[in-house]
Amino acid sequence: MAGKVSAKLPIEFTVAENIKHLLISNSVPIIFLGLSAMAIPLSGFSAGYLIQEMLTRLARNSFLVLSLLVPIMAGMGLNFGMVLGAMAGQIGLICVTDWAVVGIPGLVLASIISMPIAALLGFICGNVLNRAKGREMVTSYILGFFINGIYQFVVLYLFGVRGLLKIPFTDSYMRVPITSPQLVLSRGYGIRNAINLTGLRHALDNAIHFQMTLGGENPFMISIPVSTFLVIGFFCLFIVWFRRTKLGQDMRAIGQDMAVADSAGIAVERTRVIAIVISTMLAAFGQIIFLQNIGTMNTYNSHEQTGMFSIAALLIGGATVTKASIGNVFVGVILFHLMFVVSPMAGKELIGQAQLGEYFRVFVSYGIIAVALVLHAWKRYQDRERSRRDLRGEA
Amino acid sequence: MLNKFIENAGWPRIIIGLFLFSLFLAAPFVNVRVDKSLSDTLVRVGMNGVLVLAMVPMVQSGCGLNFGLPLGVISGLLGATTSIQIATATNEISALMSAPSAEAAEKLAAINPSGVTLFLANLLNSMPPASKAMTLFSFALIIAIPIAAVLGFFYAQILNRVKGEEMMIATYVGFSSVALMCMAWLLLPFNSPVMIWGYGGSGLRTTISADGFWRHVLSDFASIGSEQGSFYFPTGMFLFFFLMIAVVWAFFRTKTGTAITAVGSNPEFARASGIDVNKMRTISVMFSTILGAIGILVYEQSFGFIQLYMGPLYMAFPAVAAILLGGASVNKASMVNVLVGTFLFQGILTMTPSVINSLLQSDMSEVIRIIVSNGMILYALTRKAQVKR
Repeated sequence: MAGKVSAKLPIEFTVAENIKHLLISNSVPIIFLGLSAMAIPLSGFSAGYLIQEMLTRLARNSFLVLSLLVPIMAGMGLNFGMVLGAMAGQIGLICVTDWAVVGIPGLVLASIISMPIAALLGFICGNVLNRAKGREMVTSYILGFFINGIYQFVVLYLFGVRGLLKIPFTDSYMRVPITSPQLVLSRGYGIRNAINLTGLRHALDNAIHFQMTLGGENPFMISIPVSTFLVIGFFCLFIVWFRRTKLGQDMRAIGQDMAVADSAGIAVERTRVIAIVISTMLAAFGQIIFLQNIGTMNTYNSHEQTGMFSIAALLIGGATVTKASIGNVFVGVILFHLMFVVSPMAGKELIGQAQLGEYFRVFVSYGIIAVALVLHAWKRYQDRERSRRDLRGEA
Repeated sequence: MLNKFIENAGWPRIIIGLFLFSLFLAAPFVNVRVDKSLSDTLVRVGMNGVLVLAMVPMVQSGCGLNFGLPLGVISGLLGATTSIQIATATNEISALMSAPSAEAAEKLAAINPSGVTLFLANLLNSMPPASKAMTLFSFALIIAIPIAAVLGFFYAQILNRVKGEEMMIATYVGFSSVALMCMAWLLLPFNSPVMIWGYGGSGLRTTISADGFWRHVLSDFASIGSEQGSFYFPTGMFLFFFLMIAVVWAFFRTKTGTAITAVGSNPEFARASGIDVNKMRTISVMFSTILGAIGILVYEQSFGFIQLYMGPLYMAFPAVAAILLGGASVNKASMVNVLVGTFLFQGILTMTPSVINSLLQSDMSEVIRIIVSNGMILYALTRKAQVKR
């Protein structure tokens, strides 16, 4: 559309303006590329270590970040509510660990348990966001905290509790079926803070994996979790296919203009709910992949950081609140985690205090999101000016 | 009649109010003293009141809820730490000056205090303890306010460029400034032994006691009862809180204040009537940040400790929840909202740990706090704008 309009009204942008526009469009990845380029030599990490680290982190995080794409397509911004999905995934993992189902069957079972929970949470989230059109991001962010309260209530007070409901016509009581002493706190109910996912550790990563040696003078070995990458690749194909379906097209139409989509007969609210449900379910699966790679689960904290890190990664990849591609995901995961691995050491080398490096990393994570959000809003302002000039025509 | 009351007060306030009331009713049955609980609630209202008040200017100017409150808090913390630094430095100098030995004179010469320092040392140590504490607290305020004004100005420049997405960006500006200050607390050249890590370490401690400096300087002014007793009312703190409320109330009746309200209600209309929208927003953001700085100092003098590092990270959320609980919306807030909201919110926070825990034999207060405060914010964000006829 926009292309046709400008073809009718040939407004010349100067070369400088075009370069400026290109730089502004990709300002975020460029800035972080520059920062990493400075930080890598300072940190003193070897190339082999960094490559291995990046491969591991790509496998670990990509799926979570990919789950953010669908709501962006539907014009709902960054889904800070993806932590809801992460919580659902964790509930699945808690159950599976309790029942001692290990390996791939364990992961599948965990996914099967978490999917309905994620779908329900996504349904709630979608409906709440429909009531807060125009401020979806901050609402889904607070919703994450709110559901976190409920998650804590369920996991800390209901799991493993005895005598909650009397089973009709018998003398026995229902017990929320989490009994393993490795999971339940010594007081008899509530899940421990740290859970060791021994049976599930690397279950997906090691299903098919591949080791190779790289480098000439000082060779190093890297291992590639092929199966995880296959799952991620399959999911990328799903996204590409999904964009072409009727539903995907509807979502894009809504993302462009909600009012126009509504007059075109698209069920706007319903489609928005579906977008969030899909995103939440995928986030649940993503969290399962993430935790099987880490191998231990922090019952009350793991999910909180998930949202922040995934969103930071996507934004660094050059995505904006309204536009994100699969490419943004992978660029973003690499750049963000490069920064994440390198910054504490670089900070330490630069200023000389170990604790300082830690704070520096926290600062980078928060600062990245702040900068990206500000740059995005600023860029949108610039775009608005540009399109206004486009419309104005010749003076 | 009843319908009108419900409409005016709003269901959330009625439900939470009844819940709080029933907690007070249930208290005697689980051996929780009502007078002590009420006094605890009031102390916390006074502590948090100004922080909640800091929401008002930004809400009124249409900048949304001030999730960037940590910025003001940081300014307050800088004021607090600097005032303690001044106190310890001047104490040392006066001690050396009054000591007759040659050794002391040598040490004094080594420090080589400037004229200002000597003047401060003489001034502070000629005062009775109560007015010395008050003077130190004023120093903290005098240092914090300009810092808050400057930070607020730059914060406003960011917010003016991201209209419509202030809240999300404010949250992350607040978070990243807290993280940035974490590094600063390690690096800033404070050397007062009561503030830095022991064993010759460098950097400030995570919590610093204000005892002996300005702890309870406002709270104990004309206070009723004692903290150890069953009832304690921090009169001075409340006088200060009401003074701040009066200042904000009066400000929104000046020409500038009215213009700010106009910007918040309808920016296009305000612009058409010749109001400089960005300027008004800047003033409101600076005002909010300054109130945040004052608020944290009031909080700390009552609490008795200065919390640094990640302490201020989530400070905005209880304040936001409180003002919303008081009936404010995302773009309208009044003094009544501040008072009612702070009382209800702090009442719940005080009463749930004692009463609910005695009832259920388990510590659920944290979970209840999370659900109530975030539930309140969610309610406000999803509320359909109501049109008054």
